[in-house]
Amino acid sequence: MAYKEVEHKYSGKINECVMGTGEKAITIGGENALPFLSDGESHAPAVGLTILDIYPEDWEEVVIEAYGEDTVKDPVAWAKYIEENTDAEFIHLRLISADPNGQDNSIENCVATAVNVEAATSLPLVVGGSGNAEKDGKLLEEVAKALEGKNVVLFSAVEENYKSIGVAGGMAYGQKVSAESSVDINLAKQLNILLTQLGVSGGDIIMDVGSACSGYGFEYVASTMDRIRLAALGQNDESLQMPIMTNVGDQAWGVREALAEGAKKDKNLERWNL
Amino acid sequence: MAVKGLDIFKLTPKTNCKECGFPTCMAFSMKVASGAAQIEACPYITEDAKAQLSEATAPPMKTIKVGVGELEHNLGGETVLYRHEKTYVSKALLASEVSDALSDEVNDARFANLEKVKFDRIGEMMFAEVVSVRYASDQAKFLELLKKVVEMGRIPMAVVEDEAVAKEAAAVIKDTKGILMAATPANYEAVTAIAKDNKLVLGVSADSLSELHDVVEKIEALGYKELILNVGSKSIKDAYRNAVDIRTSALKNKDRTFGYPSIVFTNQLSDNRSLQVAMTSAFILRYGSVIVMDDVDYPAALALFGMRQNIYTDPQKPMRVEATIYEFNNADDESPVLLTVDFALTYFTVSGEIERSKVPAYLAIPDAGGYSVLTAWAAGSFGSGVISDFIKNSGIEEKTKSRKLIIPGKVAVLQGDIKEALPDWEILVGPPEAMQIPKYLRELSGLA
Repeated sequence: MAYKEVEHKYSGKINECVMGTGEKAITIGGENALPFLSDGESHAPAVGLTILDIYPEDWEEVVIEAYGEDTVKDPVAWAKYIEENTDAEFIHLRLISADPNGQDNSIENCVATAVNVEAATSLPLVVGGSGNAEKDGKLLEEVAKALEGKNVVLFSAVEENYKSIGVAGGMAYGQKVSAESSVDINLAKQLNILLTQLGVSGGDIIMDVGSACSGYGFEYVASTMDRIRLAALGQNDESLQMPIMTNVGDQAWGVREALAEGAKKDKNLERWNL
Repeated sequence: MAVKGLDIFKLTPKTNCKECGFPTCMAFSMKVASGAAQIEACPYITEDAKAQLSEATAPPMKTIKVGVGELEHNLGGETVLYRHEKTYVSKALLASEVSDALSDEVNDARFANLEKVKFDRIGEMMFAEVVSVRYASDQAKFLELLKKVVEMGRIPMAVVEDEAVAKEAAAVIKDTKGILMAATPANYEAVTAIAKDNKLVLGVSADSLSELHDVVEKIEALGYKELILNVGSKSIKDAYRNAVDIRTSALKNKDRTFGYPSIVFTNQLSDNRSLQVAMTSAFILRYGSVIVMDDVDYPAALALFGMRQNIYTDPQKPMRVEATIYEFNNADDESPVLLTVDFALTYFTVSGEIERSKVPAYLAIPDAGGYSVLTAWAAGSFGSGVISDFIKNSGIEEKTKSRKLIIPGKVAVLQGDIKEALPDWEILVGPPEAMQIPKYLRELSGLA
């Protein structure tokens, strides 16, 4: 019996979504099959780099050395460095200083940082908050307003603040809204539905379905993503057809493997060439 | 392939004799089809019919054994394409490669890493189980390398297409149930005989999936079914697609010819180490049964084996760690005691944070059923009784004079009950999230 070729055709398709403006704007999504199996129409995953609005105290030396200690003190210089020296396709700015349990920096100051970083580079910008849902709701609302027309991604709306971020970002000021859920297909779907019911167009939503380091529950992430894509493509479930954006850098340096002797000090490790 | 009751019914005598214990042949056939009865229960079924049925009910993907003794591993035998549908059963094996084409220095460095990279992770020893030995031109050196692999106790894989050299290689590895990565459409007859004579798993390669399919059929016709299929090395995209297509053909399209484990040579797809690591993780997720890198070094191993352990975890059974007292940062007789559950993910997260705090401490883990903190508490396996019994019987009271017991913030509600059961202890409520542990511990010990 001759080999019968396997088909990778599905009825559903992942939404296409543009981030940023101008020449360096990027388009993500468009897949009509599981990862790496789409035909020519889909977009390759985009890779960006994270910068913080405070000195990255907790980061490993090896990462700080890659940029230079002075560069990472200033988010504007840091963003410029990335644009000039790496192939990163977007910048992910985290406004950590806003954290009410930390520096509790004012929303005005944080918005100013976002505006300055945006002005300093032509790369698409993804703006994240401090992790405090209440403050981030207000902060990202103001960021959306100040950066109107720049098509930034607000990273991310959660169940507690999706209304303010959704209304401001997705509707009033035409930004992209990331919807964050914690590694669960039903929670992901629910937040997407809540946002669309609010009036945010499905095409303006990106999903952050959570992440985990390898060895630390990565199987949940892998299976959640499999299930989301199979529902989006196979069952044509519109509430799950958003492209996925995932923050892998967030936890990577917190696990023991990353800090193990013989792992971090290995000079043979290649520096990343994005 | 699922067999229909009607197909089985056709093989029965249709006499409704009831000797099988069922009222009619049809009822019996339906039970057999659903797996609730064995065809052997019918005394009148012919041997021929039994053979037909066992062929039809055989699993879609064969389980191939490689290695002997402690090194014995199953490859394949998978029944689902995605782990959430049920579970994956045979973990991917990782391999390093040496070759007579490489300098002694390079080969020795890879052997050194093979010896060095061996560690325990939640009760599983992690090391590259397979060593690939690739033949280029120096037969004596090639055979020496193979011998070395056999002696060091890893599963040897000889990558050689030359029939004469393959025969010599097979003699070296004949008792290991190793892999003879040799068959192509050009030489399959000769090397199949060699693999068969030496009881080796035969690796099969071809330029395209249709050619691969063709040559597998021919090898099966020669009576050999201990095979592993090469996903090819034309391009990364092609190899990935082939890995997916081979598995999908077998499990979804029920094509038995592709019902074999697969092998991926990431080192033939790129010589960039980072790219090999990335590819290995992709092939752990999607259908590599043996995955070959140039060198499984320690930093790569830390990430890849953790990932493999995750992906090959049965979704219905949580990973657990041993219920015992764990020590961190040179804990001594003054160190406080933290408490958490035996769910591996919780243990790893909490222990990582304690290490990061650099504060000497003990971590007490009772048998909490392998669930997360809240689930275990709700299930009654992480209550004050379980906790206080464990603290009393674990010997922790001899290890430290400190009587500070820090319970997870999420079960603050247990504070009073534990206090009652352990009157000598001061029960402190720790933070609700593991990431807050370093700050908490530093403050507790007056370091912050």
